[in-house]
Amino acid sequence: MKMKCRQFFEEFGVTRMIAVGFFLAIAIAVPVLHLNTLTLYSQALTRMAMNGVLVLTMVPIMVCGAGMNFALPIGIICGLIGGLISMNMNLQGFTGFFASILFSLPFSLVMGYLYGLLMNRVKGSEMMIATYVGFAVISAMCIVWLFVPIDNLVLRMQMGRGLRKDVVLTDFWAGILDDLCPVTIGGLTIPLGTFLFLFLMCFLVYLYMHSKTGIMMRAAGQNPGLAAANGINVDRMRIWGITLSTVLGAIGILVYAQSYGFMQFYESPKMMSFSAVAAVLLGGASNKRASIFNVIFGVMVFQGILTLSMPVANVLLPESNISDIVRMIISNGIILYALGKGSGKK
Amino acid sequence: MQNVLLEMKQIEKEFGQTKVLKGVDLRLDAGEVLSLVGENGAGKSTLMNILFGMQSIVSTGGYGGEILWEGQTVKISSPAQAMELGIGMVHQEFMLLPAYTVTENVKLNREITKSNLISRVLGPSMGTLDHKTMQQETKEALDKIHLNVKPDIQVGSMSVGFKQFVEIAREIDKKNIRLIVFDEPTAVLTDVESRWLMDTIKEITAAGVAVIFISHKLNEVIELSDRIVVLRDGELVQTLERGETDATGLARLMVGRNVDFSNIEGRPVEEIEKREVVMEIRDLKVSMPGEKAKSVTIDIHEGEILGFCGLAGQGKLAISNGIAGLYPSSGEVRYKGETLPFGNPLAVLKKKIGFVSEDRRGIGLLLDESIRMNICLLAMQIRNRFFRSFGFFKQVDTKSMKETADAMIQELGIKCTGDAQHPSALSGGNQQKVCIARAVVFSPDVLFVSEPTRGIDIGAKKVILDYLVRLNREKGTTIVMTSSELTELRTMCDRIAVIYDGKVKAILKPTDSDEKFGLLMSGIDA
Repeated sequence: MKMKCRQFFEEFGVTRMIAVGFFLAIAIAVPVLHLNTLTLYSQALTRMAMNGVLVLTMVPIMVCGAGMNFALPIGIICGLIGGLISMNMNLQGFTGFFASILFSLPFSLVMGYLYGLLMNRVKGSEMMIATYVGFAVISAMCIVWLFVPIDNLVLRMQMGRGLRKDVVLTDFWAGILDDLCPVTIGGLTIPLGTFLFLFLMCFLVYLYMHSKTGIMMRAAGQNPGLAAANGINVDRMRIWGITLSTVLGAIGILVYAQSYGFMQFYESPKMMSFSAVAAVLLGGASNKRASIFNVIFGVMVFQGILTLSMPVANVLLPESNISDIVRMIISNGIILYALGKGSGKK
Repeated sequence: MQNVLLEMKQIEKEFGQTKVLKGVDLRLDAGEVLSLVGENGAGKSTLMNILFGMQSIVSTGGYGGEILWEGQTVKISSPAQAMELGIGMVHQEFMLLPAYTVTENVKLNREITKSNLISRVLGPSMGTLDHKTMQQETKEALDKIHLNVKPDIQVGSMSVGFKQFVEIAREIDKKNIRLIVFDEPTAVLTDVESRWLMDTIKEITAAGVAVIFISHKLNEVIELSDRIVVLRDGELVQTLERGETDATGLARLMVGRNVDFSNIEGRPVEEIEKREVVMEIRDLKVSMPGEKAKSVTIDIHEGEILGFCGLAGQGKLAISNGIAGLYPSSGEVRYKGETLPFGNPLAVLKKKIGFVSEDRRGIGLLLDESIRMNICLLAMQIRNRFFRSFGFFKQVDTKSMKETADAMIQELGIKCTGDAQHPSALSGGNQQKVCIARAVVFSPDVLFVSEPTRGIDIGAKKVILDYLVRLNREKGTTIVMTSSELTELRTMCDRIAVIYDGKVKAILKPTDSDEKFGLLMSGIDA
C-alpha cells in the first residue's frame, strides 16, 4: 500500500501536486473569505473552456519534436485575420464564427508551413527563435492592421483609417459557444457549448495522433535518428506538426474571442503563448511528450489559479495598487514555476 | 635482475555484470618495449585506462589487483597522479588544441614563467610566459624525435602524422617521463611515417624510457617488442619474449579460442555460390566517420548468411549503414537487378531490405514509447500494418499490435513486465531483441544486422543468434551480419568476408584456420 502510494505520487509528480494543492487552497479560500463564490467559480470555468484550444496547440508541435509553441502569436494572428474578414463581410452568429475559422485556414496553413520550414533550419534552438519570431510577426502585423482596407465602419478607428484596437463582438458572435447550451446548477454556470467544442477539438487531435501520420510524427519527435533510419521523413513530420499547431492556434483565438466578447488586435496576443505553455507544462507535459490529458488538466489548474487568486489576493491585501502587483507576481510566477519545474522530469 | 619499472598483478575489472579483465599480469623493465595485442574488446584499452587512473575506471568502482611502480605498490586514482609518476600517453584521438602553436601544445599546463609584479602578489599562475625558454625546450624535444617543424606554427594546420609526433614530443618533453603508452599510433599514419615512428620509439627506449605499444599491425609488433602480451576476452593468453613467435603465430593466439571450427555444420560454400545473386555491391564507398568503406565489391547470394568481420575502424560497419542509406555513399548497389538509391532509407526499406543498427541506444529504440510500439513501428510505416480503416481515415489497431508484440516477446524471450513497458528499463540484451523484433515484424527478404551481440549477456546472445539462424532456415531470409566477434560469425555464417582498409580483403569459409583470419584482419596476405 505504501509502495503503491509512493509510486502514484512519483508518477503524478511533485510539481503538479504543489500546483494542485495551491489551486485547492485558493478554491477553498473563496467561500471562506465570503467572496461571491458562484460567480467566481463560473468565471473560472469559462476561462478554462476559452483557453483550452490555445493550450491544445502545444500537443502536435511538442510531439513532433519542435518544442513548445512559443510562436503561438502566428496562429493567433491568422485567426484574427479570419475573424476580421468575416466581420468585414458582416457575417453574424454561427455563420460568422465558422466563416472566421474557414477564412483563417488558408492563412494558418501557409504561415504554419513557413514557420515549419524555419524551425527545420534552426533545430536545437526552436523555442528561443520561435519566441522572437512570434514577437516580430506581431510587430509586423501592427503595421498591417493600420493599413488594411476595411468596409465595415464598426471595425475602423473613430478617427482616420486603420483597425480598432479592440472590436466588440456583441453584434457578431460574442458568446456563440458559451451561450449555446449553458448549464446552470444553483447559480453556477457551466459554458457547456465551449467545453463541447474544446472536447471535439481534443478528439480530432486524438484521432490524428493515432493515425499513421501521428504515430510517425511521434517517432520523429522522439528519436529523429531512428525515424530517419526507418524511412520517416523527419522534416516533413515536423512541418505537419507545426502547421497543425498553427491552425489550432487560429481556431483557439476565435474560441477565446467569442467568450471574451472582444477581438483584440495589435500588441494584445504578444504574451499569450506563455500562459498556454505554462498550462501544458503544469499539466505534466515534458519537452517531447504532451497528451490531451496534460492539456485538459493543465488548463484547468492554471486558469483556475489565475482566475481565483486575484480576488483572494484582493481581500488579503486590500491596498488596491498592491493587488495589481500581486496579480503580476502570481500570473508570471506560475509561468516561471511551470517552465522551470515542468520542463524537466514531471 | 633487470630494473623492473612496472608490474601489474592480477588486474581485474568489471563494468556492471560483465567482467572485462580477468586477472591480467604484466611486467615491464625500464627501456623495454612491451606490446599489447588482442581483438577489439579484449581489454587492452581498459588495462591502460587503469594504469592511467582514468575517470571511467575510478567512477565505476576502481579495479582489482595490484600495481607496482618501481617496486612500490601504488593506487593510481587520477591521470594527474599517473603523470606525476612519469607515465605518459600518446592518444589515438589527438589531444591537441588545433588553434595553439606546437610550443603551446607541448608546454600546455607546464608553462615556464618568469615572475613579475603581479605574480609576486597573486602567485605564480599570474607570471609572464618565458617564450624563449619554452621554444628552446620544445625545439629540443622535437629534435629528439627528428621532427623538423618550427615550434611556433599552429598545430591545426599540420598533417595527421605530424600531429601524432607533436603528441610524442609533448610526452618526451616531460622531464620525469619513464613510460609512454602508445595507443594504436600507426593506425592513422602513412607507411613512411610509421617507419619513422618505429625508429623514434627505438630511440626513446634506448634513452631508458619504457614503452607500451598497442597495435593491430602485427608486423610492427613483432619488430619492436621485447615482450608481447596477448589478451583475449579479458584474459591473458600468453606472454611472449622477443623471437618466440612470428606474425602467424601471433594471429593464431589473438583470434583462436580453441574452438574447433573444422567440423561445424555449415552449408558448403560451393552450393551457396551457385545460388542466385540477390545483391551486387560494386565499388561501394561510404563516408561513415571512423569507419570508412573505400571500395567494397561483393555479391550476396539468395538465402545465405554472410558475415563481415574486421577490426574496428576498417570499415566493416560502413557497408550495411551505407546500403541502408544512413551515410553518404557512392558506387553501385544492385538489388534483384535494380539499382538501389543511396541516402534514401525509405526506398531501401520498401524493397524489403531491413537493417538493425549497431547504434542501439542511439537510433535503435524509442525509449519513451511502449515495447509494442517499438516492435510494430517499421511494419506500420512501410507496410501499413496495424491500422484499422474508418472510411477516410485509419486508426491504430492496438489489439493486433498487442498480439504481434506478445508473440515476438514470447518467441525471443524478451524479459519485460508486458508489451506496454518502455524499453528504457530493459537490459541491453532485451533491448537488442526489441530492435531485432522490429526488423522481423516488417518481414524483410534481406536483413542486415550490425553488431547484434555487442555488450549483451551470453544468454541473450545465444537466443539472438539462434533466432537469426532459424529466420534464415525457415523463412529463407538472406542475412548479412557484421560483427566484431569472429567466433559467433564462424558458428553461423556460410561465408565470411574480411574487411580491411575499407575493402574486402578476402572471403573465407568459417572452417578456415585461426591464423588465416588473424593475418587477413591485420592486413597481411595469408
